Amino acid sequence: MPDDLLTVTNLKKYFKTPKGLLHAVDDISFSMARGKTLGLVGESGCGKSTTGRLLLRLLEPSSGEVFFEGKDVFKLGTMELRELRKEMQIIFQDPFSSIDPRMSISETIEEPLKINRMYTDKKARLERVFELMAMVGLADRYADSYPHELDGGRLQRVGIARALSLNTKFIVCDEPVSALDVSIRAQVLNLMGELQEKLGLTYLFITHDLAVVNHFSDEIAVMYLGKIVEQSPAEELFLNPVHPYTEALLSAIPQPTMTRTGKKIILKGELASPIDPKPGCRFASRCGYAREICSQEEPLLRSVGTGHRVACHLFSERRAVTA
Amino acid sequence: MTMERTDAEIKPLIPRRRRKSRGSAIWRRFRRNRLAVVGLAIIATLVLAAVFADVIGDYRTKAIKINVRERHIHPNLDHIFGTDEFGRDIFVRVVHGTRISLFVGIISVSIALFFGGTLGAIAGYYGGRVDTVIMRLLDVLLAIPVILLAITIVAALGTSIINLMIAVGVANIPGFARVVRAAVLGVKSNEYIEAARAIGSPNYKIIFNHVLPNCFAPIMVYATLKVATAIMATAGLSFIGLGVKPPTPEWGSMLAAGRGFIRDHMHEVLFPGLAIMLSVLSLNMIGDGLRDALDPRLK
Repeated sequence: MPDDLLTVTNLKKYFKTPKGLLHAVDDISFSMARGKTLGLVGESGCGKSTTGRLLLRLLEPSSGEVFFEGKDVFKLGTMELRELRKEMQIIFQDPFSSIDPRMSISETIEEPLKINRMYTDKKARLERVFELMAMVGLADRYADSYPHELDGGRLQRVGIARALSLNTKFIVCDEPVSALDVSIRAQVLNLMGELQEKLGLTYLFITHDLAVVNHFSDEIAVMYLGKIVEQSPAEELFLNPVHPYTEALLSAIPQPTMTRTGKKIILKGELASPIDPKPGCRFASRCGYAREICSQEEPLLRSVGTGHRVACHLFSERRAVTA
Repeated sequence: MTMERTDAEIKPLIPRRRRKSRGSAIWRRFRRNRLAVVGLAIIATLVLAAVFADVIGDYRTKAIKINVRERHIHPNLDHIFGTDEFGRDIFVRVVHGTRISLFVGIISVSIALFFGGTLGAIAGYYGGRVDTVIMRLLDVLLAIPVILLAITIVAALGTSIINLMIAVGVANIPGFARVVRAAVLGVKSNEYIEAARAIGSPNYKIIFNHVLPNCFAPIMVYATLKVATAIMATAGLSFIGLGVKPPTPEWGSMLAAGRGFIRDHMHEVLFPGLAIMLSVLSLNMIGDGLRDALDPRLK
């Protein structure tokens, strides 16, 4: 694909723990089209955030590669990495923890500009700060405020402004609205959408909230215990989920209708431990369709339609049953 | 959105309020603690006494000059704290002693804060092997009681005020390293540290711009309390003859000199002793008040 901004191949991150190796991210590959949003969905602890941090090299991987515009992110030297970080940024879940409480709003937004020496002239730099604040919908009067004086939604806007302050092309959005009040969520999401359009940004949108991701993503990847189990264009995934886990996730979205169609699939059993996982499909222990092969052989991602990939042994079999 | 701004429009926004509201909130909480305010008042008095010591009583003629005719005078209007065995005015000597005690206390804590703080920040920030090496080495120092370590250092370097400050400072390095390290570890887990890395901040800038300012509260509290122990250590070392040498007026050595006459001339140990007690006590009260004021959650 020619217009991929970012390509990930066989990315792995294992953490050493006293109990064994924790497979946080286990051999995932995907690519992201420029100007589009990839939604990364999964339950807590499945490695979504770790993936996001690996892409920005905030964590060092155990193995694998990430190419950003052809540059191998993990092989860059300190200075090259610093250059690259002007182009890739991150927005965090909790704005109260991701913004230094001892810095005023304008100082926070100004910091990336200062550190990367984007403006030699202080006046020009401050002008840029105000421009950014206007861009994310923050009134000038907040410039000298401190984080504890702002609410979550405004603070998250500060986080977005900080992420945009450089020549940002790609933003990892790590559950950017999960910590916000429902009433503010839509505002922040709309803002992010507008900015994407205006600036041609590419988002990796990490969330556990499928309703949000449906609204926001062009493509969705579903993660389960460090693996991508299904990846497909957003509409396709919602119309035609293939992996049993995706099915279960989708059935759990609240429906604003009186007459519910479709049954809620309630997953039984516990999440398997990501520490030294057993061979076979990681979802097998909770899967309603599991067969013998599922606990023996690891299913690989294979294509089941245009841009639709799934890692499940039973795909063809189940398709035959339902058809 | 294009933003056209004239100078005049930007300027009023630039002078920052500079955490004024934050400071006043801290002061309000501090004031609520009566003991802390009393402590602050006492320390303020001591500082004033130290600054104006020469006005209160000339060092040469009153603090160290021997006056055989006025030995062992009990407190009266001329000598409100009385005089010692060499006829020197104890009030003037206690006032001049304040200078030494506060000076040694603050300088030695600064030494400990600088070195201990740097080591602790590095250990806490980088973690892993760096952390292990630094902290285990400091643990070795920590295994030796502070006063014993200070005695050893003074004994090795020789007795002088500067060596005393070095000794007390070095002996306190491990404590500061621990406190700073713990604070850094707490701050490090915040996402704004990660955000700073993401915008390309080099490590030293992250430490100075984000980590240390957010560690300010516990470090400040600990430093205040440690000034108190440093004053005690100074007095203690001088008492056993390893600190400030006579005739320099130092509280500890005044105690040592007066202790032989405690039965008949109690005032000779009472007043320097009171001075030590008051300064240590009030510093501790300030420290407690600061802890409550700077971080309500620390209680």
